[in-house]
Amino acid sequence: MFKLKVNNIDIEIEEGLTVLQACEKAGVEIPRFCYHEKLSIAGNCRMCLVEIEKSPKPIASCAMPAADGMNIKTNTPFVEKARKGVMEFLLANHPLDCPVCDQGGECDLQDQSMFYGVDKSRYKENKRSVPEKNMGPLIKTQMTRCIHCTRCIRFATEVAGVPELGAIGRGEDMQITTYLEQSMQSELSGNVIDLCPVGALTSKPYIFEARPWELKKTETIDVMDAVGSNIRVDTYGWEVKRVLPRINEDINEEWISDKTRYACDGLLNQRLDTPYIKYNGKFEKASWKEVFNIINVKMKSANSSKVCGITGDLVNMETLYVFKEFFNKTLNSKNLEFRNNHSYLNPEKRENYVFNSSINGIEESDLIFLIGSNPRYEATILNARIRKAYLQNKINIFSHNNVGDLTYPYESLNGKTNVIKEIVEDKHYLSKLIKSAKKPLIIIGQSALLSNSGKYIFESIKSFLVSNNKINSEWNSLNIISENASTVGSLDLGIYSTSNGSNEILKHLENHEYEIIYLLGQDSLKFKKENEFIIYQGSHGDKGAEIADIILPGAAYTEQDGYYTNLEGKLQKAYKASYPPGEAKEDWQILNDLAETMNHRKLFNDKDELLSSMFNYLKLFKDSNTTKKISEVKDLNFINEEIKVNNIDYYYSNSIARASKTMFNCRNEKLISLSTGTEG
Amino acid sequence: MLKDQDRIFQNLYNDNGSDVESSKKRGDWLNTKNIIEKGRDWIINEIKISELRGRGGAGFPTGLKWSFAPKDVGSRPHYFVINADESEPGTCKDRDILRFEAHKLIEGCLIASYAVNAHICYIYIRGEYFIEGQKLQAAIDEAYEKNLIGKNALDTGWDLDIYIHYGAGAYICGEETALIESIEGKKGQPRLKPPFPALIGLYGCPTIINNVETIAVVPTILRRGGKWFASLGKAKNTGTKIFCISGNVNSPCNVEEVMSIPLKELIETHAGGVIGGWDNLQAVIPGGSSMPLLPKKICETITMDFDSLMAEKSGLGTAGVVVINKDQDIIKCMARIARFYKHESCGQCTPCREGTGWMWRMLERMAKGEASKDEVDMLLDVTKQIAGHTICAFGEGSSWPVQGLLRHFKGEVEKRNNYNPMINKGKNIPYLVDQHLLDKENV
Repeated sequence: MFKLKVNNIDIEIEEGLTVLQACEKAGVEIPRFCYHEKLSIAGNCRMCLVEIEKSPKPIASCAMPAADGMNIKTNTPFVEKARKGVMEFLLANHPLDCPVCDQGGECDLQDQSMFYGVDKSRYKENKRSVPEKNMGPLIKTQMTRCIHCTRCIRFATEVAGVPELGAIGRGEDMQITTYLEQSMQSELSGNVIDLCPVGALTSKPYIFEARPWELKKTETIDVMDAVGSNIRVDTYGWEVKRVLPRINEDINEEWISDKTRYACDGLLNQRLDTPYIKYNGKFEKASWKEVFNIINVKMKSANSSKVCGITGDLVNMETLYVFKEFFNKTLNSKNLEFRNNHSYLNPEKRENYVFNSSINGIEESDLIFLIGSNPRYEATILNARIRKAYLQNKINIFSHNNVGDLTYPYESLNGKTNVIKEIVEDKHYLSKLIKSAKKPLIIIGQSALLSNSGKYIFESIKSFLVSNNKINSEWNSLNIISENASTVGSLDLGIYSTSNGSNEILKHLENHEYEIIYLLGQDSLKFKKENEFIIYQGSHGDKGAEIADIILPGAAYTEQDGYYTNLEGKLQKAYKASYPPGEAKEDWQILNDLAETMNHRKLFNDKDELLSSMFNYLKLFKDSNTTKKISEVKDLNFINEEIKVNNIDYYYSNSIARASKTMFNCRNEKLISLSTGTEG
Repeated sequence: MLKDQDRIFQNLYNDNGSDVESSKKRGDWLNTKNIIEKGRDWIINEIKISELRGRGGAGFPTGLKWSFAPKDVGSRPHYFVINADESEPGTCKDRDILRFEAHKLIEGCLIASYAVNAHICYIYIRGEYFIEGQKLQAAIDEAYEKNLIGKNALDTGWDLDIYIHYGAGAYICGEETALIESIEGKKGQPRLKPPFPALIGLYGCPTIINNVETIAVVPTILRRGGKWFASLGKAKNTGTKIFCISGNVNSPCNVEEVMSIPLKELIETHAGGVIGGWDNLQAVIPGGSSMPLLPKKICETITMDFDSLMAEKSGLGTAGVVVINKDQDIIKCMARIARFYKHESCGQCTPCREGTGWMWRMLERMAKGEASKDEVDMLLDVTKQIAGHTICAFGEGSSWPVQGLLRHFKGEVEKRNNYNPMINKGKNIPYLVDQHLLDKENV
């Protein structure tokens, strides 16, 4: 512990802090532009100058390590003069275009010049003008406003792991650019907008849309992937204008992926705002009463075993629970499934389908082995954590397949199931490494579970880890990357029917054994419709609605309160920021009303009853889970094959993203950048 | 006046040839093995006794710098780096050492590398010194051939490899941490200090960086003893120094002289005097373009050493003496220097990036007499806002010449820029006028 003085206040700090951090501990605010907690220290804006006794010059507090007995002063005329000087230089070449700048109202330069600046300008020369740079469809640049803090460069090279952002030129001609003037090849590129302390990098889709003080801010949860990033949704009336990250050190730190940030314009397009009925291949508008009556008649005429329900990727847990109740109680059916493919599932214990080591645990790990997964696209934020762990601890990372650039180096094995066999049979050099590692991290992705060897890979790896005591009360090295925001929630609520890991419902569905199919926000089903009667409930007119006979317009994730469980198994609540468009209703209500039409009795009187019932169910599930013992799975068939990692179409992975114009542009940009110009 | 036997650089004008044999005739590589065998502590101590101060501009005691290197080599190797990025306008001393006295430098590299536990020595030469670099490379090749350096150099058991790295012409790469970045292949921008290069330098390893001239005098000091070197010049400003005299003198030259030689004597004896006679002298920049100039009055009596120039708020710097006579427009001269610094600022930190251009533009206007009265004080204020607020010493280097101008020639600047933008009492105040230009009493 160090003892030092800040403005004559005695404080005690632990070693290794900088002067700026020490001042913060003492409750003294230090202005800064280039300093950022999550990035390396640059010390180039010089705004954080403080006076330290015995030093003739002012010291940049962000870069100076605090030492014992320091006497730091931040409120002297000396410091004030230094700050004013730096501020004057920053403003000298900064354009006075705050009225037309999107950063206005949340601009660090604006705010700090109010506190630390001078009220008039002495700079009489011509201001510098810098050409705009093309940074793709997400980032709008206005480089004349740049104050060269290099936060964006440091983010790109350190966190995002792409070297494409940098500075060219020298002195006052220095310019921040992507060199080739193309979009950043990163799924985290949008974060540079939040990092930019001025309006040099602003959001392209949000250009001139709104001022920050006009927006209603709702703190909620993201559903674009299973990570469950914490976000803030800014709405103007009904419209979701933008999505910003919220700090959660356990999950997304300060970053969100581009899909999380920019798919929000998909909430405005392709919306289902009224119930539809298909007559002669054409959809016609209908009222809730009409569609409920038709469903009622159809359901009652069908045998309950001939009805099935398939839930989708963005559905919240309340809706899932009501859906389950609706099927079990109203329809008296158990044909429920959340998977839209034949991936292997062992839902016996909760640890079989969650990311057990937790996202924070990645940083403690000393060895990472990826099987059938490309975390860069499947869970971008989680991938950023792996990169962070790599940078911090220089850990060894292996991947079963070569999955291209993951932003960190890894050793790729040949992708054959043989290798897995060798590893679990202790014949591979990796087995030794896993055994000797204190906290290994085995990450199994959906591509592995989806293959024919899915069962073999999962069960053999698991038993290998169990037998080597890598799954214990302190550290569980078995990790699954779930595909969707609703996956873990669906599993916790038991929305599946499986025997031996297979997808029974889908098998029957593919054999056209069902008469009525209820799709709850399910848009990724690969299914050829024959004579089935399909009900689609969801928010977007997408693949699911296309094949439906009846469409029930639901609400998107920003339009209803709802719980989601992320891939680690953390339960988080998404809050209602907007309301469903037109006739559309919140999803749980639709099912509740439908049940009332069919049975003259609501499933739940209100949302509170629903919630308490659901939490009761989850509690029982968790209690039973802890006492359960793992039964060993036998008869593992080894098939020698090559596992292919299906790269998901990152910018098109769900119905909201597919409806988003921005995501469409990103996808095109990516295709353009991948083309070499020689493919004919 | 330096006696001939005390002259260290005997081949400064290439009278005797620069190859290894002729260098040996002049005494290079004599008893180098014995010096090394006396051990690290003796070498560093002898340099401390000699009171040798760095010849690169800052004048930091060399012996002290070497003693900052960790005593034992830990997990990381030590590096020794020679700063031959001589870019200061008015300075050309290292160039002649590289060309004509390369073996003094190489010998110094061996001794100094040994003293700081380094097996690898990089010589960072500015890209424009290409021919000089080739000559140095030839000398290094000679030294390898004769086993003066390389594996088991001179049978001392010490391995030393010397590599030349060419810069790309940036002035800022002469700053030691920017030089390190440049060797590492990055953009030449100074690093934050602390940590200092002596602990975390090149590739994160302990690194000692010295100027060419500093290292080139080391072998002679060790051969003749630190006391001999200390006996020349004044206390704490000892030894000899190469002065580069240029500008309005009759015969510009590089000359090795004893420290603390009076400036007037230096110019009159070696450079043939000021063009138009001593009375035609206007000012002298005593230590390369970044040092504040001295007016004639001070030049009469000033002695050329670190401390007495410091007392006059200037500095010895690199000892690049630039003589400016009365034929020159002093404001234009300073505007040109300011333009150089505007062009060479690396752009990393705010005051220097934004301030150097501002100073230059103001000085250009002042040279033309287009600035207003109040801008003269403002210019001084701007220079003070730059100096001391930057990451490296470039901030000072760029603002000192302007401060020097305003210190000694403020009258001249004000005379030329006498325009008062304030709208005074009694005048009709036009509609739409900048409010801050109004005379306070008038508002």
